[in-house]
Amino acid sequence: MTEPIVKARGLVKRFGSVTALNGTDFDLFPGEVLAVIGDNGAGKSSLIKCFAGAHTPDEGQMWVNGEEVVFHSTQDARRHGVETVFQTLAVAPALDIASNLFLGREERKKSFMGTVFRQLDKKGMRRKAAEHLESLGISTLQDITQAVETLSGGQRQAVSVARAAAFGSQVIILDEPTAALGVRESAKVLDLIKDLKDRGLTVVLISHNMPQVYEVADRIHVQRLGKRAAVVTPKSASMNDSVGLMTGAIDLPDTEQQLSPV
Amino acid sequence: MSEKSSSKSGAAKEFELEMTPLRRVQMTLHRYPWLSSLLVLLAVVVAFGTVNERFLLPSTISLMVQQTVIVGSLAIAQALIILTAGIDLSIGSIMIFGQMLMANLAVFVVASNVLPIAGQNPYLAMVLGVLAATAAGAVNGFLIVRFGLPPFIVTLGTWSVFMGLTLIFFKARTIQGPEMPEVMLTLGEGFSVGPFFVTYGLLVMFAMYFVVAWSLRNTAWGKHVYAVGDDPNAATLSGINTNKVLFSVYLVAGLIMGITAIITIGRVGSASPNVDPMLNLQSITAVVIGGISLFGGRGAVVGALIGSLIVVAVEMGLSLAGVDQAYRTASIGVLVIIAVGIDQWIRKVKV
Repeated sequence: MTEPIVKARGLVKRFGSVTALNGTDFDLFPGEVLAVIGDNGAGKSSLIKCFAGAHTPDEGQMWVNGEEVVFHSTQDARRHGVETVFQTLAVAPALDIASNLFLGREERKKSFMGTVFRQLDKKGMRRKAAEHLESLGISTLQDITQAVETLSGGQRQAVSVARAAAFGSQVIILDEPTAALGVRESAKVLDLIKDLKDRGLTVVLISHNMPQVYEVADRIHVQRLGKRAAVVTPKSASMNDSVGLMTGAIDLPDTEQQLSPV
Repeated sequence: MSEKSSSKSGAAKEFELEMTPLRRVQMTLHRYPWLSSLLVLLAVVVAFGTVNERFLLPSTISLMVQQTVIVGSLAIAQALIILTAGIDLSIGSIMIFGQMLMANLAVFVVASNVLPIAGQNPYLAMVLGVLAATAAGAVNGFLIVRFGLPPFIVTLGTWSVFMGLTLIFFKARTIQGPEMPEVMLTLGEGFSVGPFFVTYGLLVMFAMYFVVAWSLRNTAWGKHVYAVGDDPNAATLSGINTNKVLFSVYLVAGLIMGITAIITIGRVGSASPNVDPMLNLQSITAVVIGGISLFGGRGAVVGALIGSLIVVAVEMGLSLAGVDQAYRTASIGVLVIIAVGIDQWIRKVKV
């Protein structure tokens, strides 16, 4: 059986008196698109923030590629090849596209100016940024030196996804990537997700939008009351079934769940 | 638009904007916020120059530039902090503490009458003064980062604290230039370039502008300063150590205040605890007029220099025109409000 690329057992995360995660399990297999669905407050965002390094769980264990990990920052997660596109996108609006792609991992010049005076290799970073965008088929951005705040919502999303996919990452987590987008821009983002999968990346998609989930997901992780309620596939369960699982109207025995890769 | 954009897919086309001339101006100013202040400076110079020819005399210009040196230097520190969406009210108070410390350390015990270790090497005195100011900046940074206190309140507090410490340690005694070792007044001296007079303090100020502007543009630290000021949460999620960046900014600001202390002793020709109690507010004025956004993350440090020059030029122009001091003060206030208004308008560039 294939080993999960990201695995978690019994994750607990509390915020004061609120328990956001109450012993969640999680399995993500290489090369798949796993959708995470759940009602508001089910702990979707808290769960993925643990993998992103934005939260550190209070209890429970996490493994990436079979190695047990504890993430204290997004940098820790990145080092293990886990990249996240947050709902807020986490971009610096006033900085240009290239600076945003390299934010937090800027490259210095190899020369004396870079080693002694820490001068950045701006040209090199711009060139690489253009290449990354090109390879993802999102070279429609006019100018790599354009400030991100002058871009539309879809373009910003594209920049964020490109940043996540650009640095040899294995797992990309997308938190509600289409929530703020129109129909056409949403379609482009879904294409981008399929494209990431075709490139061999593993994708976690958090979404409220059932048709979108059913369009791109291989498996669906249903989160309910801070726990994993079920794992189904678009084939094994209808949208209605999924909603039922989300709200607790339906219970699914373990034998009928899709706990292994499709 | 480049060739590339004309071959874009249909989906990309809908992202494009209609460009009206006004919008184009807005976009350009948005990209280079110091441009508008430069235009204002030119307008001010041309206007006053036409009204009064004395305004453009080399001696007047030299005087104006020299008058910029203290506020202009402090404005670098203020600009850095405002770029992180903070504010520093303690700026003048820490600078004065630094200069009083170095002056007292440098003069003989009799003159300083408070410090038993006084009368030492003047170079050592200056280094200790600069270090003290840097440490004071670090205290601001520590309180803001460690306890998450708002910069406004922290620096309001340290403003009083360092003003108090200055009086406690050094009494209210002004140390006159002739009492000090000559080397401490060097930055007030200078040389002539044609009809213009350039002080060494001015060169130090320009050097500081160069170093800070270069670092902001060309280092990861600079990018992070902008990112933290723009959106601290996004910066953290992008893997930036926000606290480290903020602390470093307050530390560097303290260092700049320390260096400005030496410049001030040279410029004023003495070390006095009452140089100018409004220095903190003047530095904020210069920064804001220079197109650096009070909301953080936007603007170039060179704007602070242009802003300082605008303030001095307006003061000088009005004074040459025989306008009363009260009206001059009021006009600077109007200038600040206009500058913030323009900043708000420029920030409204959105798709």
